[in-house]
Amino acid sequence: MADYTLRLRRYLPESGAAPYWEDFQVDLEGHRSVLDGILQAKDRTDASIGIRCSCRAAICGSCGVRINGKPNLACHMHLDSAAENAVDGAIVVEPMGNMPVIKDLIVDMDAVHWKKIQRVTPWLLPDGDPPEREYVVPPESMIDVTQTMACIQCGACVSDCLSMEVDPLFIGPAALAKAYRFVGDPRDRQQYERLKDLSEDPHGIYDCTHCFNCIEACPKDVAPMSQIMRLRRIASADHEIEDRNNGHRHEKAFVENIERNGLLHEADLLPDSYGGKFHPRAVPELVDSLPVILKALQRRKVTPKKALLHEHKAPPEVKRIFKHVHDKEERFELNLYVVGEEEHEHAEQAEHAGAAGSHLPEERSPNQ
Amino acid sequence: MPAHDVLIIGAGLAGQRAALAAAEAGATVAIMSKVHPVRSHSNAAAGGINAALNPEDSWESHAFDTVKGSDYLGDQDAIEIMCREAPGEVLWLEHRGVTFHRNPEGKLGTRAFGGASAARTYYVADITGQALLHVLYEQLMKYYDRIDRFEEWFVTALVQDDDGQCTGAVARNIRDGSLELFGAKATIQASGGAGQCFKPTTNALICTGDGIAQSYRIGAPLMDMEMIQYHPTTLAGNGILITEGARGEGAHLYNARGERFMEKYAPNKMELASRDVVSRSEQTEINEGRGFPDGTVALDITKVPRKRTLEALREIVNIGRDFAGVDITREPIHIRPGCHYIMGGVKTDVWGATPIPGLYAAGEVACVSVHGGNRLGANSLLDTLIFGRRSGEHAAERAAGMSAPRASEAVLADERRAIAEIIGREGGGRRISEIKDELGTMMNEKCAVFRDEAGLSEAHATIRRLKEEESVAAIDDRGSVFNQDVLAAIELGYMLDCAECIVVGALERKESRGAQFRLDFPERNDDEWLKHINLSVNGADAPKISYSPVTMTQWEPQERTY
Repeated sequence: MADYTLRLRRYLPESGAAPYWEDFQVDLEGHRSVLDGILQAKDRTDASIGIRCSCRAAICGSCGVRINGKPNLACHMHLDSAAENAVDGAIVVEPMGNMPVIKDLIVDMDAVHWKKIQRVTPWLLPDGDPPEREYVVPPESMIDVTQTMACIQCGACVSDCLSMEVDPLFIGPAALAKAYRFVGDPRDRQQYERLKDLSEDPHGIYDCTHCFNCIEACPKDVAPMSQIMRLRRIASADHEIEDRNNGHRHEKAFVENIERNGLLHEADLLPDSYGGKFHPRAVPELVDSLPVILKALQRRKVTPKKALLHEHKAPPEVKRIFKHVHDKEERFELNLYVVGEEEHEHAEQAEHAGAAGSHLPEERSPNQ
Repeated sequence: MPAHDVLIIGAGLAGQRAALAAAEAGATVAIMSKVHPVRSHSNAAAGGINAALNPEDSWESHAFDTVKGSDYLGDQDAIEIMCREAPGEVLWLEHRGVTFHRNPEGKLGTRAFGGASAARTYYVADITGQALLHVLYEQLMKYYDRIDRFEEWFVTALVQDDDGQCTGAVARNIRDGSLELFGAKATIQASGGAGQCFKPTTNALICTGDGIAQSYRIGAPLMDMEMIQYHPTTLAGNGILITEGARGEGAHLYNARGERFMEKYAPNKMELASRDVVSRSEQTEINEGRGFPDGTVALDITKVPRKRTLEALREIVNIGRDFAGVDITREPIHIRPGCHYIMGGVKTDVWGATPIPGLYAAGEVACVSVHGGNRLGANSLLDTLIFGRRSGEHAAERAAGMSAPRASEAVLADERRAIAEIIGREGGGRRISEIKDELGTMMNEKCAVFRDEAGLSEAHATIRRLKEEESVAAIDDRGSVFNQDVLAAIELGYMLDCAECIVVGALERKESRGAQFRLDFPERNDDEWLKHINLSVNGADAPKISYSPVTMTQWEPQERTY
């Protein structure tokens, strides 16, 4: 048994008082969870501490909170590991972000999270009547969408989504992962309509800034950002959806820019995103950007020479990566990390598969 | 006052399935739950759902396995219905979007499960319950215009009219503390089991027997309450469940001497014997000193190919790592039997109807009975869906043929007073958590895998004392918004009612059958006890006891070996 200090963010809406911090001493073994600690404080000291919780085993998704500033399930974090990152020796527990607080550690998920889930038409839309028996589908496709079925709707990814902080209307990681669950499901026959909708929405798939927060936050390895990237690839490569947000063209221009230059050539990126410097679409965008460009010049963030003549050319390593990807017969899309690997196949490495680099044969890996 | 044709209390699989069936039959529907529906405990059913869907399999075989598993206490008419309708239900789920595991041809694939004579368990990795629950909730979102959802509402009492019909319920909005009367032509209890009467338990903190106690309090009889399933593989400290799927995939059990002890107890089925048999075997090993010092035996999943474990048992790989610090693909994990499921509950017919007109029950809250003395793994998801659907359909039918009953406001006033009394309590009483802790620990000691008269009588006396203490238990939270303290006080009352019925049933059944093993009556006694024990409320006293026959159709009781 050891003593831990839990510093809880309290907020009692009926008191009229501002939120405040309160410390509780708990006496539990280090491998017990932060939730066990909170429940002990509730049981022994103050039963008015508000926290949603039920299963204690990271499957019901009730107890999403921030522990020492990072979103997690309270039942999914050991007291001893939480204590390692504790400031002044206290494990800090506060409500999740991006959602209004109702009381103490309880946030209003309906107002944010569930509204966004409802936004993505979260039910299967097959064509016509179902078959007499089951739909026959490739086994891998079911394993693939099962990764997003593993989402327990805890809201940890929503809590720390940076894009949502800037644009509260962003559909967000959890709901877009839910969308992939249908887009990736061969029984659903509205793939194009779903993707068109999510591309055209100004708060849709192109609103994600690849910050990786959601991947880090997810206690169930759903990797929401990877699902968003899958939605983009299917929308652009399979359906060639050119959205009014210019997301698809921008992404394409970005990839081509890197393939050419190795380092990003920003002066090209903007016009190329709109079809090239002389494309009618690009002109108003360039004019709009003039103040930014002038400011950048003024503050010497760029020089006219650098801006116009990007001298950096892609090194052979970069070319090799691009060639490797282009040479693939099929795009690597599936969430196959839920398929186990045999012992001899570098089990450790396989667990981290999913990042594009680790699928490269070893000798070609850019990191080695 | 909100009024609907059908009011459903509880939004796990049984409740959601009932809501969809009732809405499809044209009824206006309200579904209410004290937690958001996807937080329901159906999540925890990891392993799968049984159905004789393969052409080589037959529903009769599934039904016989269930009858035998129940130790012949299950009602065979109900079991036949469940097993016959199972294949259609699994296909219905598949068509609605459940991402069931496929075989290499792309068709539904199965895994083996305990007590079954064929591999007939359909599954989604080891998150089957979660996948089903979330897919049903997708359907609730789809039918948002036909099904009113009351999420985070807590039912405090069922309401009856002067003729004894159930006409709805009183519920507290957890978010603001307001109390409302919900009128309904039919009310379906689908609020789950009562595992929190035991400590530890695999059950979630929300499984406090609310629906069992609410129904009992308005006169609905409870049946087979003594039948508490101890799951063979739960973690020692916290009771967290390791799915039977692990043994289904080939994991073995060993005692501390390294002996595969199931060879002694169930030479044919070994680790895949019925749960009551495996739990009893483990407990015998532990009691006779062949367990580990922490009171456990070992589950060795390293027998399963690592690739297969990572693919099909992913969730317990995580559980082992996060909750026991063990990599189950490389070393055995220590487990022991732990409280898991209540076979008993509110007595219903095969349509989920209770003897109280207008009141239905489905899922773990109910006792149809399809599980009798012992439930087979992967039959609980099936039970929730089949009888959830059937009660939804029947309730809608009842509602179509009647006008709205007059719901009495008197109960609303009573409930308002009762809650005000709890919130207004002076200090001085014991803490609610303390009483709950004493109850759970005591039940797990006196009313577990092995029971006897002395222990059970002591348990009953303790429960009577705790009931008195509960009525004056101390309260910390006097607010309206998310006052979880006042809910805990009410839940404690529900748990004590359930616990009393469990103990009274266990005392009454003077034989050993299924999950009930009496050290003082170690044999099954078909002559005297092949019958259900029914318990009815009797004021504030211990419940009244009566009996009802077991329905037999085609399977005569035999000796049960695995």
